[in-house]
Amino acid sequence: MSWLLVTLVSLTASLGDALQTLGMKLHGEIHDFRPAALGNAFRRLIRSWHLGLSLVLLAISFGAFLALLSIADLSFAVPATALEYVSTTLLAQYLLGEKVNWRRWAGAGLVACGVVLLGL
Amino acid sequence: MAGLRWKTRLFATVVVLSSVAGNFFLSLGLRHRSPESLSGWIQALVSPWVLLGVSLLVIWLLFRLALLSWADLSWVVPVTASGYALTALMGKFFLGEHISLTRWAGILLITLGVLLVRTTAIRTTRPRRPREAQR
Repeated sequence: MSWLLVTLVSLTASLGDALQTLGMKLHGEIHDFRPAALGNAFRRLIRSWHLGLSLVLLAISFGAFLALLSIADLSFAVPATALEYVSTTLLAQYLLGEKVNWRRWAGAGLVACGVVLLGL
Repeated sequence: MAGLRWKTRLFATVVVLSSVAGNFFLSLGLRHRSPESLSGWIQALVSPWVLLGVSLLVIWLLFRLALLSWADLSWVVPVTASGYALTALMGKFFLGEHISLTRWAGILLITLGVLLVRTTAIRTTRPRRPREAQR
């Protein structure tokens, strides 16, 4: 049951992150931080399906993570979901077209291993 | 690292700190509770610590969204993972928790990974034309 939840947490979080990034990149860089401009940006973003779907996926991921925390220790939940770093980097490269060079892959790999070690 | 814009640095810092604090309070509110009924679940979810945790995670989400409007996902995700190392160090210095050799190794690997990713370009995809230019 725990590992089923771990898989659900990681996959929905990665896919949600990728969609969120896509939505934000389609919107363009946020320059103007005055409340009215932020409100406009927010309204535009809410209307795009990318962000809406990403929030649904992240909510599923968050719910699954809460369920995981209620049946397992944080010291299991956090390292197990380090899987997310690998799946997110893969999606960033192949779905979003980001150029993930060896330094970035190595860095993401080191972070994932470190997160696993922290939770052991 | 000196080449990072202040905006990127500020947003990455807020993302890290709000997730560290948010997860800490969530864990505080949910730990050792095993709600058996629906009302027990609802009670756990509206406890003050959980509500504080959730508010911090809303801040986390908004700052992360803004950061993703100009930074690569494969840059943001590893770099903001420094929060995990920070949580462990906070446990040592504020709560007097013992950090085992394995956990020190984990903190070291995360720090090296974050430093390595920070040497890469923040953005590798081409920006679209700004909306104003399209009108």
